[in-house]
Amino acid sequence: MIRALRTGSFHLGMSLLSLLWLAPILWVVVMSTRTFDDIAANGVGSLPHSFTLDTYRQAWTDGGELRALINSMLVTVPAVTLSLVLAALAAFALARFRIPGRRTILLLMLAGNLLPPQILLIPVSKFSELTGTFDTLYALIAVQVGFGLGFYTFVLHGFMRDLPNEIQEAATIDGAGPGQIFARVILPLTRPALAALGALSFTWIFNDLLWAITVLRTDDNMPVTPALLALQGQFVSSWNVIAAGTVIAAVPTLLVFLRFQRHFVSGLAIGAVK
Amino acid sequence: MTSVDERVLAPDAPAPASTRRRRRRGKPLSPLLVAFVLVPFAVESIWVFWPALQGFWFSLTRWDGLEPPTYIGFDNYAELAGDATFRGALVNTVLWLVLFGGLSVLGGFGMALLLQRERRGVGFYRAALFTPVVFSLVVTALVWRVFYQPDGVADELLRAVGLEHLIRPWLADPDTALYAVILPALWRQIGYVMVLFLAGLKAIDPALHEAAKMDGANNWQRLWNVTIPQLRGVNAVVLSVIVIDSLRSFDIVWALTRGGPYHSSELLSTYMYSTAFQSLRLGYASAIAVVIFVLALAVILGYLVRAFREDA
Repeated sequence: MIRALRTGSFHLGMSLLSLLWLAPILWVVVMSTRTFDDIAANGVGSLPHSFTLDTYRQAWTDGGELRALINSMLVTVPAVTLSLVLAALAAFALARFRIPGRRTILLLMLAGNLLPPQILLIPVSKFSELTGTFDTLYALIAVQVGFGLGFYTFVLHGFMRDLPNEIQEAATIDGAGPGQIFARVILPLTRPALAALGALSFTWIFNDLLWAITVLRTDDNMPVTPALLALQGQFVSSWNVIAAGTVIAAVPTLLVFLRFQRHFVSGLAIGAVK
Repeated sequence: MTSVDERVLAPDAPAPASTRRRRRRGKPLSPLLVAFVLVPFAVESIWVFWPALQGFWFSLTRWDGLEPPTYIGFDNYAELAGDATFRGALVNTVLWLVLFGGLSVLGGFGMALLLQRERRGVGFYRAALFTPVVFSLVVTALVWRVFYQPDGVADELLRAVGLEHLIRPWLADPDTALYAVILPALWRQIGYVMVLFLAGLKAIDPALHEAAKMDGANNWQRLWNVTIPQLRGVNAVVLSVIVIDSLRSFDIVWALTRGGPYHSSELLSTYMYSTAFQSLRLGYASAIAVVIFVLALAVILGYLVRAFREDA
């Protein structure tokens, strides 16, 4: 009896809390389907009195979200791929071979990722000017790869170190060199960690604001996150269009999250237990 | 290229003394492996290590970004000491660290304790708390703008419970702006911290709890004497994450208030950014960045030293 009551109050309390937690998101989705007149007449806080999807068209074409989404993908996909490839190579060499000073190198690389990015902003923006990449997506890709590498290498190193040694020995006896061992033996075994890091880094890079506004200037070059901020200036009190733009900006990471949910969550937790 | 001799076993496995000696004298490493390490390291050096060193140097200069920087010693730091906006931002950053950090740890830990047992419905609750983590802070900020808007959700709620006298322009009032920004940041961070703690709780050996139960320990005693000490590793991770995230926090403030009104929600990170890229005082901004760096280092080292002492 007491137990049933406790279970009941647990579920009641948690359901309410979950609803409260999701409410702001639901509110924005609902708001994105209201007409401007409805919001003007009833206020942003009221329940909807209208329904339209024209807001999405406005955000998509007039607000430049399409262009911004393309930019985001042009940055995110190469940056995620490049950083995972480079990090996997470094982690492989450091975890499976007796590279002199391997522990120092690993810690140094991790420390680089833990630096507050503020100390890097000015030098990085100046460096991109110097190399002629300022205000191009190349600069953003390069800095995202450079800044993420340390953490990805650290995580993959932890994972590769724990793989059993016998497989590598067998491959070596069969005459495989380091390149073959990497591609045929270690990399396939590292897939769960790569999936986790891939999902994580996708959201980090896709959601980034600070690096984008540091190395980019032109509106047409901006990825989704800064473009969303600009949308606000453009559609000042059109809360419905801003809400539609917000929903559009949230969908790609939400899809990645839903597709890779298990990996995503385990990825976040990777550092916690090791 | 690779001989059996050169192959390397698990780094942790102790090699027999004779082979270890032989290896130390060592054959040359395969150039391929050296490249595997050097290329990523070079990329990180170009975009992180070298800029970081430059950052320290720039903080000793006066520089508008056009003319070459002029060396002025520690003048920037002296000016910072007398800069009221900087001091306000420093206080806000500490407040942010304590409130945002403290509450997300408490909230995340509480939620993890509540939701640690696998039972029906628990997956949904976890997912609900976790969903905001997926969104960018700019998305989060816009979601919450609706909430704070004049006649927005917050005002409607207050009106509904008869507290209309509390209504104010939440983000535009210097007394409330900082707290109005912390709330959405917390909304997003609690789910993240919860995941870290859930992973830690899962790693605790259930036998420890069984033993404590046998000895007659109640829930509180088990929490204090079994769970929390067992979480030491996670605590270190959470603390580092929180400190680094707090000092980095930029997006949410920039998207909601840009540090205003009248610098009331200014953090060191936003002040640094606007000093650098809007006022174009690059040397002065670099000095603020160095302060952020030193703060992060101090808190983390302070914690590590303490954790180390407890171990000893």
